[in-house]
Amino acid sequence: MALSSYFLVTTDHDIPDIRRAGFLYLLIAHVGAVALLLCFGLLQGVGQGLAIGDYTFNTMRLAEITPFWASIVYLLALFGFGAKAGLVPMHVWLPEAHPAAPSPVSALMSGVMLKTAIYGLLRVTFDLLNVQISWWGTLALALGLLTALYGVIFAAVQSDMKRLLAWSSIENIGVILAAFGLTLIFYTDGKGALAALTLTALLYHAINHAFFKGLLFVGTGAVLHATGERRMGKLGGLLRFMPWTGWLTLVGALAIAGLPPLNGFASEWLLLQAFLLTPGLTQPYLNMVIPVAAASVALAAALAAYVMVKFYGVVFLGQPRDPDLVHARRTTWAERLGMIWLAAGCVLLGLFPVQVIDWLSPVVRLLTNQTLVNDGNWLMLAPVSAERASYAPLIFLAVVAAIVLLVFFGVKRVYHGRVRRVDPWDCGYPEQDARMQDSAEGFGQPIRQIFEVFMRVERETPDPFDRKPQYRGDSRDKLWLLLYVPIARLAGWLSDQVGRLQHGRIQWYLIYSFATLIFLLVFVTR
Amino acid sequence: MSTGIVLQIAQTLLAILLAPLLMGWVNQCRAWLQGRSAPPLTQPYRMLRKLFHKDAVLAHDASRLFRFAPYIIFACMVLAAGIVPTIVNDLPFSPAADVIALVGIYALARVFLALAAMDIGTSFGTLGARREMLVSFLAEPALLMVFFTASLISQSTELPVIVQTLAHKEFAIYPSMAFAAVAFWMISVAENARIPVDNPTTHLELTMIHEAMILEYSARHLALIEWAVALKLFTYSALGIALFVPWGIAPRGDLGALPLALLALLVKMIVGGAALSLLEAISAKVRLFRAPEFLGTAFLLGVLGMLIHFLLEV
Repeated sequence: MALSSYFLVTTDHDIPDIRRAGFLYLLIAHVGAVALLLCFGLLQGVGQGLAIGDYTFNTMRLAEITPFWASIVYLLALFGFGAKAGLVPMHVWLPEAHPAAPSPVSALMSGVMLKTAIYGLLRVTFDLLNVQISWWGTLALALGLLTALYGVIFAAVQSDMKRLLAWSSIENIGVILAAFGLTLIFYTDGKGALAALTLTALLYHAINHAFFKGLLFVGTGAVLHATGERRMGKLGGLLRFMPWTGWLTLVGALAIAGLPPLNGFASEWLLLQAFLLTPGLTQPYLNMVIPVAAASVALAAALAAYVMVKFYGVVFLGQPRDPDLVHARRTTWAERLGMIWLAAGCVLLGLFPVQVIDWLSPVVRLLTNQTLVNDGNWLMLAPVSAERASYAPLIFLAVVAAIVLLVFFGVKRVYHGRVRRVDPWDCGYPEQDARMQDSAEGFGQPIRQIFEVFMRVERETPDPFDRKPQYRGDSRDKLWLLLYVPIARLAGWLSDQVGRLQHGRIQWYLIYSFATLIFLLVFVTR
Repeated sequence: MSTGIVLQIAQTLLAILLAPLLMGWVNQCRAWLQGRSAPPLTQPYRMLRKLFHKDAVLAHDASRLFRFAPYIIFACMVLAAGIVPTIVNDLPFSPAADVIALVGIYALARVFLALAAMDIGTSFGTLGARREMLVSFLAEPALLMVFFTASLISQSTELPVIVQTLAHKEFAIYPSMAFAAVAFWMISVAENARIPVDNPTTHLELTMIHEAMILEYSARHLALIEWAVALKLFTYSALGIALFVPWGIAPRGDLGALPLALLALLVKMIVGGAALSLLEAISAKVRLFRAPEFLGTAFLLGVLGMLIHFLLEV
């Protein structure tokens, strides 16, 4: 999978940056794959002694594994699948690779391929391993929340459309992983019903993310196709020139911001409900951890709304920042259809949560032996009991729509519907132009200022006497500098050391072969 | 059921009609505290009437999003008013949305307002939208934390159950609710664009948040937004009442308790409005970049309230 998507990422391989992104992706995917191979090998080997196994899931399932080795297997799986899913700190490839790929591929990668890693993690933890230990869940919860917050903060400071969406994918993976951690916590605590609730929320969010992120990436692709531009600082006002893309993308943006009655809200609602059911847990330290975790999830969700207002507002609203945008090419029907079904999915998945949960229940039963019981009717979602919590998105939408129509026609009827078109108010300052709007950097500036500890910010501010003032602000991932640059340096140093073996003299090479041969003979004859 | 629906509609309509009155009362109190002669209580109604009669003035490039946002914002606030119990508890509409959905409703209105503000592409609009989102990204989770504390006590996220539990349980002091109350106060001040986070009377570019967003609106659109703002203040006050001083809200089916409930609501609103204007009068507006600190404090207080619930009350 990593290989074939490597070729997808490097579709435009004549651009050096894209080749670099593809290589980074391939590298981290393979580091993850090594961990996974070790993980499956352990599952096979530990149970069977040294006998040669057949590596089927059935033998792995039967493996009698000690808690220590089970923990090692779990950690390897978390690392391996985490690298493929974009878990912090293995996330660095994601904001490089997803924007480098063509938009439909990005949609596929963000929407579906990241979820295969989650699938693998679920499979190994709940299906293949016989033992589950509670600290696993706490670890996954903590890592997931870190990923969610890290992702959303960086999404807020991006100024490239696709890079912003890629960071937002990291956030969503973090939320999903946090749900995974909570599921494990409930499961190991013997609260099967609550584990089923959390797992349902996890799967639901995974499907939802596939739809809204897919929609946003395809919408971005349409913009890119029409304008040839993906830097947000050059776009603006596209709702006027590309109404189809604009309105359909709005659905995706509202859904990902977690607003009712769309699908993003439904899964987040379920997850928050799960957090509120924690007082039954037997381990007291978890009761301390979980409120903080719930607060972080809420914070990430609120920041996601910030990110989406920025994304939509800068790209689709306001004045075009580049005069050429007026000639933005209209979308074709194929492009529209690609967005319409995804947008419809966002709406329907949000309006019929009860049905979606029904579809998910076989999977939930398979993994946790329990299902989520809905206490409400087909309209109303009530996960534990109707007394406890309920949410009816269809009624919600119907009431909002009814009030909107009532007020709209009421106001028109009682008063009048007269409209006068004028220039926007210029605040008494006659020279207003499109560059006075917030740029993407400007809109993200408060977040950059508040969360500056996580990033390395490079600024070039103009001098007051500059003829052509230019501003540049670049926020880099600090983890890249703190973690990856030292590792790369270490790898470089090591290969330099190994490189000393290579002299180009045939005598030395013969000695190497000879020494290796003797070593191997000693090893075999022992 | 049918009385329930009648009561539901009556309560929502009452909220819609009373909301500008609360705004008028707060403005009046503030004028008194500032030593000005106060506008009459009905001033907000006159304002709305005037605005509805005017011709709408729209910028050339205003999109449909800009024109429809006020209706959506108003509808969201009406929906919120339908959920929050003011006089009668446990009405038929309340199961449709719990407190988390209520936070979602406020968020929906806010996002639409921010998007509409960015629609024309003036520098003030985007500035207002950015600042509003900055304030809300901390206020919204803080509000959720307050709700979580209340729902952990009452084992439910349904507002009627929360009110029922808090109002009718034998008298118990919840230290967590004290933290939640302070947090809630700070959040409502921020969310309703009051001092010290925002100033509803200012049009100075350095300080304005909410007003910057609605600069381009006029006539009926502006009227709807102003009304929605009044409704937001009203629903937030009703929420505060429901969470922290719920005594007096009539239980379901008890029609005899209605007059008393109405009286209790009026008294609480009068006291609450006066307290709001008093606190506004004695505090100064903070710099914009102190606002995250203010809201961060509210957020921490909310989390602390939840932690204290787990420590002391479980």
